[in-house]
Amino acid sequence: MLEDKDRIFTNLYGFGDWRLKGGRARGAWDNTKKLIDKDKDWIINEMKASGLRGRGGAGFPTGLKWSFMPKPDPARPSYLVVNADESEPGTCKDREIMRNDPQLLIEGCFLACFAMRAHVCYIYIRGEYVLEGRRLEAAIAEAYAAKLIGKNNVHGWPFDIYVHSGAGAYIAGEETALLESLEGKKGMPRLKPPFPANMGLYGCPTTVNNVESIAAAPAILRRGAAWFASFGAKNNSGTKLFCVSGHVNKPCNVEEAMSIPFRELIERHCGGVRGGFDNLLAVIPGGSSVPCVPAHEIIDAAMDFDTLQKLKSGLGTAAVIVMDKSTDIVRAIARISYFYKHESCGQCTPCREGTGWLWRVVSRMAEGRAQRREIDMLLEVTTQIEGHTICAFGDAAAWPVQGLIRHFRQEIEQRIDQYAANPHPEPVRDFGVAAE
Amino acid sequence: MNRLIVDGIEIDVPPEYTLLQACEQAGAEIPRFCFHERLSIAGNCRMCLVEVEGGPPKPSASCAVAVKDLRPGPNGEPPVVLTKSLMVKKAREGVMEFLLINHPLDCPICDQGGECDLQDQAMAFGFHSSRYIENKRAVEDKYIGPLVRTSMNRCIHCTRCVRFTAEVAGTGDMGATGRGEDMEITTYLETAMRSELQGNIADLCPVGALLPKPYTFKARSWELVKTESIDVMDALGSAIRIDTRGREVMRILPRINDSVNEEWISDKTREIVDGLKTKRLDRPFVRENGKLRETSWQAAFQAIAAKTGQAPPERIGAIAGDLCAVEETFALKLLMQSLGAVSLDCRQDGAKLDPSLGRASYIFNPAIAGIDEADGLMIVGSNPRKEAPVLNARIRKRWLRGGFPIGVIGEKADLTYEYNYLGAGPETLAAVAERPPAIMQKPIFLIGQGALAREDGRAILALAATAAHALGVVKEKWNGFSILHTAAARVGGLDLGFVPGQSGLDAGSLAKSGALDVLFLLGADEIAVEPGAFVVYQGTHGDRGAARADVILPGAAYTEKSGTYVNTEGRVQLADRANFPPGDAREDWAILRALSDVLGHKLPFDSLKALRACLYAVHPHLAKFDEITANDRFDIAQLAASGAAHTRAPFVSTIADFYLTNPIARASEVMAECSALAEGFAREAAE
Repeated sequence: MLEDKDRIFTNLYGFGDWRLKGGRARGAWDNTKKLIDKDKDWIINEMKASGLRGRGGAGFPTGLKWSFMPKPDPARPSYLVVNADESEPGTCKDREIMRNDPQLLIEGCFLACFAMRAHVCYIYIRGEYVLEGRRLEAAIAEAYAAKLIGKNNVHGWPFDIYVHSGAGAYIAGEETALLESLEGKKGMPRLKPPFPANMGLYGCPTTVNNVESIAAAPAILRRGAAWFASFGAKNNSGTKLFCVSGHVNKPCNVEEAMSIPFRELIERHCGGVRGGFDNLLAVIPGGSSVPCVPAHEIIDAAMDFDTLQKLKSGLGTAAVIVMDKSTDIVRAIARISYFYKHESCGQCTPCREGTGWLWRVVSRMAEGRAQRREIDMLLEVTTQIEGHTICAFGDAAAWPVQGLIRHFRQEIEQRIDQYAANPHPEPVRDFGVAAE
Repeated sequence: MNRLIVDGIEIDVPPEYTLLQACEQAGAEIPRFCFHERLSIAGNCRMCLVEVEGGPPKPSASCAVAVKDLRPGPNGEPPVVLTKSLMVKKAREGVMEFLLINHPLDCPICDQGGECDLQDQAMAFGFHSSRYIENKRAVEDKYIGPLVRTSMNRCIHCTRCVRFTAEVAGTGDMGATGRGEDMEITTYLETAMRSELQGNIADLCPVGALLPKPYTFKARSWELVKTESIDVMDALGSAIRIDTRGREVMRILPRINDSVNEEWISDKTREIVDGLKTKRLDRPFVRENGKLRETSWQAAFQAIAAKTGQAPPERIGAIAGDLCAVEETFALKLLMQSLGAVSLDCRQDGAKLDPSLGRASYIFNPAIAGIDEADGLMIVGSNPRKEAPVLNARIRKRWLRGGFPIGVIGEKADLTYEYNYLGAGPETLAAVAERPPAIMQKPIFLIGQGALAREDGRAILALAATAAHALGVVKEKWNGFSILHTAAARVGGLDLGFVPGQSGLDAGSLAKSGALDVLFLLGADEIAVEPGAFVVYQGTHGDRGAARADVILPGAAYTEKSGTYVNTEGRVQLADRANFPPGDAREDWAILRALSDVLGHKLPFDSLKALRACLYAVHPHLAKFDEITANDRFDIAQLAASGAAHTRAPFVSTIADFYLTNPIARASEVMAECSALAEGFAREAAE
């Protein structure tokens, strides 16, 4: 278990003061000058050595991403964009950072910008996070007033930071869609290549990082890469915010060491699964876009990128959605399918047309109004979406359904047989709209 | 050059090529919907997926991947691309299935049937049956103007139309609202589009979602006879294809000609079709007691002969209109010469251009394709958006690439690109002439008819030459001095020297009361002829010229005759006959030949071939089709020195209403509707 002294986010629950004074008392902005005096290469190497993998879901090494930024060119300034468009269902970690410990994020932005030779940082915050946005703005104003950031700050690296509020689209959390949205266009993902490190915001080199990755950077640099790398399994190092929700006794956000076994995570922090571990049905370990994992596979699995990938799922944002045996798993996945149908941007054919198809078929299956052969058809449709689109949204829409069929095919078949034994003409219940 | 292997065939392609281009070069067929050569890459239809070996374990969109982004193999082997692998086949079938699940099965009643990309590609790359049993999506049809009909159920969201209006037309009329499967292509508020090129989106649409409205349910593509021809609605001479069924022109489509119109045509060019059928002159008329009466050809000729016989040569004149082919203008010139008449003019609008100043003084010297390589543009007295929308799109294309400053002297209008507005009239032009020369390699100095078709036009031409000279527009290997004409017949007429001879009168004087006894109008409808002279009108439509005429000789419209046209850049092009003139109407050269016999000055040819032989003997450059004859060395300093005093009146474009510039357009209901809409927009903008 992670000891309190090793926590990065010490005000995660908002018990302390969120303002600059409180933030400084917890260690933010403590001799930042010393860090930047060690120069940018030291910072990037330290980030690489720490093994920090992007906390937004894809798990790309953060230090490596920073090192991709080209040499500064006066005609094309570099930008840092912080992805605070936290919309993955089940995820609520960045929100807590922004409202309870905003100085960690601001200091992280400053250090990251320094390392990437950028003078401007944009924080793209989810439109629904109104209060968080205001608090972040207030925190930035405090930092400006204290001359920690700004044109003439005490650290000697001119640095400006802007907060931009989104308009409530899940897809705007995809890094290139986010850049489009930030430029004032429709939030639709761009074609890659070129990657943002070459052609990002306004056509200039840009790095897009998650809030948690950036906010963890100052602590990593202060305490050293070795300290951070000492947590978790190889290639999955560090501490991580887990957002545990669903059928546990005490749902919570908690910072834990990576690779903590699922059972330990739930027992220590969440008071166990409702009705005991025997009552566990399945877990969606990384936000709604990763496939669910049945109880027997996950219960002693380490919660990290590589282990979960071997289980054909993923750590994603570490939004652990726990489902006990009272869950109608087919209905649950139908609801998730509705979410993806609703949030598809509509740009590429497979995702635009396929997400609606998935939702409709899974909705019927939830009531058993389907043929057994449609299960295989559904699986094939998911593979026709997966990997055929511009961004990873198509994969995200396909995976939950694939997970359902992989692990709960019997459940669907049973339901189909039940309905076939007693068909009735009432219309299909529309889970999506009913849940809205 | 980068080497790669496509389906086992090794090829070398430039690194900036996309995979799609490379595959095509290797002979592989790549299906596509959203990709279009002249639009930006969207990469959203996902139909062009190919497999890249050693790349990601998923197919790549070939339209969006550059060859230079492919990595060679571990030992430096060229990258391998597969277009026929199982992965690619599955991917295409998958995408096609998705495209079709919400596409209505209404091909039998869809106008696109027979020329539909979706139909063709579903046959070639699709899956044999449907597995989709849910309800299909229904989308409301949108009103987007009088030229394009929508059937939005059929839309596959390729966004070609959106990209066209944003990039080529520059009006940004179209866009998409909603997201996911609720995404709809619309003009947002269901207003009509405001582009003069909007008809092109119906061509671009790969399915039957956007269709030409006037052509609705008129014909099937396989019933049509296709004739390649040249447009005469403006002076560009856009390449067109005239589709006919029987004697009727059904529609006009663009052909690709990269040096003139690329792939676009203006709405006037496209939707003029109904004007070819209405208000047509289909038999000869003579005026008796103030009223026009139908008559025979012979009687009409006799009436003309009676008048010309009495008139002295100096009181006979002729004006050639804006749509005349070179052949009939030449025949008319010979006829007039044989009568001893010297008062000829092909410049109805009074433009002060003169062949005696050299051919380079009245053509678009850098050529239309020269805009692509130019590095600066000055527009004087012209509104290219109205005068030549396709040329305007080309200017916009160049402007979008950057490094292309544009200055405008004349009307301040929305040209779809930003420009530096310098002033309204001649004094600004004079001031420009005194500026230090620009440091541009290939500047273009574009002079419109608005600057020349006025009393002091000759002085303005000299002033423009002074300015162009001062700015270094004419160089050793670059002549940027460009006249933009508005009439298809103009350059041809000037090439023939259809201008007043010694002591002859020009068009403006010819139309004056008491100037002449007999005036011959060859399709000249843009000039008001005052009472007095006996007017012979030979043309196609019951328009202004016919209303004033004493004798009407029914001629053939541009789709009904084989004729030579010389466009504004001096390019000689041959328009072909697609159908026949209505009723008793005849080809114009033949009418003039028959008339000459009655007048006792029989013209020396009995066939179009013989006429052309005569023509080429006098003007050999007219025999060189699709070529611009190299101009005589142009002495701009001499032209500049020929100046006289000019007034201070601002330049006004000669085209007030883009949609109603000629008799065919004025006979078209579709053009009338467009004109009324444009007027409404203009009023709205003024408020």
